[in-house]
Amino acid sequence: MSPLAALLVRDMRIAVRVGGGAFMGVLFFLVVVTLVPFALGPDLALLKRIGPAILWLAALLANLLALDRLFAADHEDGSLDLVLMSRAPLEIVVAVKGVAHWLSTGLPLIIAAPLIGLLLNLDARGDTTLVLTLLVGTPALTFIGLIGAAIAVALRRGGLLLAVLVLPLTVPVLIFGVAAANAALAGPVTFGTPFVILCALSLASLVVGPFAAAAALRQELE
Amino acid sequence: MRLTAVDLACHRGGRDVFGGVSFSVSSGEALAITGRNGAGKSSLLRTVVGLVRIAAGRLALEGGDPELTIAEQAHYLGHQDAQKPSLSVGENLRFWAGFFGGKAADIGGPLEAVGLDALIDLPAAYLSAGQRRRLSIARLLAVKRPIWLLDEPTSTLDAPSQQRLAGFMRMHLTEGGIIMAATHASLGIGDARELRLDDRAAVQG
Repeated sequence: MSPLAALLVRDMRIAVRVGGGAFMGVLFFLVVVTLVPFALGPDLALLKRIGPAILWLAALLANLLALDRLFAADHEDGSLDLVLMSRAPLEIVVAVKGVAHWLSTGLPLIIAAPLIGLLLNLDARGDTTLVLTLLVGTPALTFIGLIGAAIAVALRRGGLLLAVLVLPLTVPVLIFGVAAANAALAGPVTFGTPFVILCALSLASLVVGPFAAAAALRQELE
Repeated sequence: MRLTAVDLACHRGGRDVFGGVSFSVSSGEALAITGRNGAGKSSLLRTVVGLVRIAAGRLALEGGDPELTIAEQAHYLGHQDAQKPSLSVGENLRFWAGFFGGKAADIGGPLEAVGLDALIDLPAAYLSAGQRRRLSIARLLAVKRPIWLLDEPTSTLDAPSQQRLAGFMRMHLTEGGIIMAATHASLGIGDARELRLDDRAAVQG
């Protein structure tokens, strides 16, 4: 097994074990979305109108949950020192950790989203577009989050700083993710325009995220 | 193979940890780094392995693989064990073996050598401090790298395990390896040279 495959398998294993982030994220997602109809009351038209926004917000927050442990756990037990000594470039190592994070927290959200869309009165068409926007948009959340996770790595309670650092950066993803989902439901813009911009945001974060995070890690561990 | 440092200095957290450290270790030699607490023993090892930036001086490895950095040819055994509590003993070692480019299947031998083969399926959370240290040592055996940088390797180990570790170190030296170890106690491998980090400069004895 190559070093990077070994890292991916290990991070996935830790995520699905007790105390890992995989199920926590999707459960948090379910709970937050379930609370909304209780808070707003049974106004089906209203729920349908704000449904995509609620699901996107919940996905954003659920994504943050496991993020603060991404590098901090490795830093605390000394794994990060050894990872820095590996023959693989740190940028690639960071990207692999991002992929593992997305597979263990982003992907379960996407799988759960159609089911939970029912609670917000989304029909099949709404569900499909929502899943499509989440599928394209959540990698951006993860890879932007990598930067915050790397900056907060050495702090004891880095989770709070992480949220403050990362959430503003995810605003464009949120705007175009929700816009694309809403466009398919209500108009007036076409689905394609915001969706393509969302794809572009994701691709850009896939490139920028690992480099920025690796640079932050190198700085931090001096 | 020869690891040489000339006038090495380290600067951390706004103060000089050490300066003017020079040493040279060749294949088959061990260098024990001694000094009071806070003299910079751990910082020196971390500097050699590239985890701390070199503030001044030079560090060079002759006769190694020119394609690789010193860190990529070294094993570092730090204070922290780099084990994940939710993974089993076998999974932890298999990961590091795979990550450092060894064969993940070959973990049976190293685990047996450190006496943990019976615990291969136990989650690492249940290991004692000494057992975790032994699991870390198994990593050095699972993947061959010529330079061993050990930070107080005998701490938390019981007497039989310390002897076993001394055996591994002697074997590594006879295979032409290099060992640098920060230590307060004797390493138990006979003629290790000593690098004493004092307040001012380092003295190689």
